[in-house]
Amino acid sequence: MADNLETTVAFWYLAIAAVGAGALMLVARNPVHSAISLVIVIFHVAGLFVILGAGFLAVAQIAIYAGAIVVLFLFTLMMLDMRRLPEERVTHRQIWLGIPLGILLAVEGVVVSIGTPEISESIKGAFPPATVSDLGGSTQALAVALFNEFTLPFLGASVLLTAATIGAIVLARRVEAHEQADFPQAASGSATNDTAAQADAAEPVLEESAR
Amino acid sequence: MDFWAWLILITKVLAVFLLFAIGAMPLVLLERWILGRMQSRYGPHRVGWRGTLQTAADGLKLGIKEDMIPGQSDKGLYWFAPVMMVVPAMAAWAIVPFGPEVEMGRTIGLWIADLNVGILFFLAMGSLGVYGVVMSGWSSNSKYAHLGALRSSAQVISYELVMGLAVLAVIIYAGSLSLIDIVNAQAGLWFIVPQLIGFLLFVFAAVAETNRAPFDLPEAESELVAGFHVEYSGMRWAFFFMAEYANMLLMSAIVATLFLGGWRGWTIPGLEALTGVIWFLLKCGLFMFGFFLLRATQPRFRYDQLMNFCWKILIPIGVVNLLIAAGLRMAWS
Repeated sequence: MADNLETTVAFWYLAIAAVGAGALMLVARNPVHSAISLVIVIFHVAGLFVILGAGFLAVAQIAIYAGAIVVLFLFTLMMLDMRRLPEERVTHRQIWLGIPLGILLAVEGVVVSIGTPEISESIKGAFPPATVSDLGGSTQALAVALFNEFTLPFLGASVLLTAATIGAIVLARRVEAHEQADFPQAASGSATNDTAAQADAAEPVLEESAR
Repeated sequence: MDFWAWLILITKVLAVFLLFAIGAMPLVLLERWILGRMQSRYGPHRVGWRGTLQTAADGLKLGIKEDMIPGQSDKGLYWFAPVMMVVPAMAAWAIVPFGPEVEMGRTIGLWIADLNVGILFFLAMGSLGVYGVVMSGWSSNSKYAHLGALRSSAQVISYELVMGLAVLAVIIYAGSLSLIDIVNAQAGLWFIVPQLIGFLLFVFAAVAETNRAPFDLPEAESELVAGFHVEYSGMRWAFFFMAEYANMLLMSAIVATLFLGGWRGWTIPGLEALTGVIWFLLKCGLFMFGFFLLRATQPRFRYDQLMNFCWKILIPIGVVNLLIAAGLRMAWS
């Protein structure tokens, strides 16, 4: 991968900055600062994709993760009153699960990076660089994979996501008084009431945080 | 890359930057003149000959103004938000093609970079602009800024979908994500003809994304004072203004590239590059005038109208338009 000096310098900068911002995201007390750090991580990982010649993936990463998902996080976080959040410890009890999993991941990384020829052959996947350039670029390779080879899983994932979206809309919708007779179980269901209660509670919180 | 390639690249970057930095000043003046004319008043007419130095005077005033930082603000984010507004707006200029290739010892394209994912890069940078708004609104610790930022992020996220749908239809016709290929695909017919609906969708989305009237709810001076940047002053405030202009110019350039054939037009043999750039700038100017015209003539939308217009009208039209475009393309090939 380290073809020349520029790539090497860029790789080390991106790698160190991504890990540093990731650590910052974990230890930041303020959730908004955490979200901004996450954006920085996403940017640098996108830079790593560019080095690997996956321009489409890099741009998709920025457009979808930074441009849509984290913006939605921030949108929600801005509704919260930060000063009312309890002072929490940086480490939680999950650390006892986290340490072994982290060690496992590190060992995996070492095994793959210094691994045998069989391992490095098996992780190249269906689209090694030669195949990608034959197809005309990473965008074309992705299109071939999505729409020829994996059409059915792709459609299945789309249907699942649509179903999840519709489910979220149904749960978030407040049941009107005259509709409650038609949907007795929905009106008494905890999910609907919780959402309505949260929406009511959000307004005074917002006012206070702005003050 | 050899020395000359680096030199050409740096020259191009500087040229685009200067075009933007210097070009924004007469445009601001032009906007104020046009607005004044349309509203039966003078507009700037005191500083210099008929007010020509008004923008320079305003710039000087902003430069020497005290830089206020509210005491209760989040200092780091408050400092960084204006940067986050300007940088994505400028970065997206890297992929805008100003003209065809020219032969000067070597072949030089009149663009900074021909990315094979060019139009997606534009969409990605456009979606990053909202961070500046959210960060400034949140870090100011002010009610008006907060409300403006909330409105803006919801608006920009929603209208991005409309813009994406319109761009997808163009990509289907051109068969490429590169802006150069998209311009070349319009050699016979500009895409505004087969994609009139897509063009209209894109224009609506462009006005909404740049937070301009009649979609300027995030700023809404009559209710939110100035929206997300109400606490900013001096040069920091000027950054927001510059970002707004950079985004307007960028949207004009992208509309011209996607739907009006970019640099294509009648040309004189031997002077293709010059006429190409002139055509491109003329097409951009047309849309800048459109922005001014809208601001001068249209009242502001109400917030629920804005959201209903996007989700219940524009997005369904965009999806149907995309399906029709894909069907026609399949029928041709």
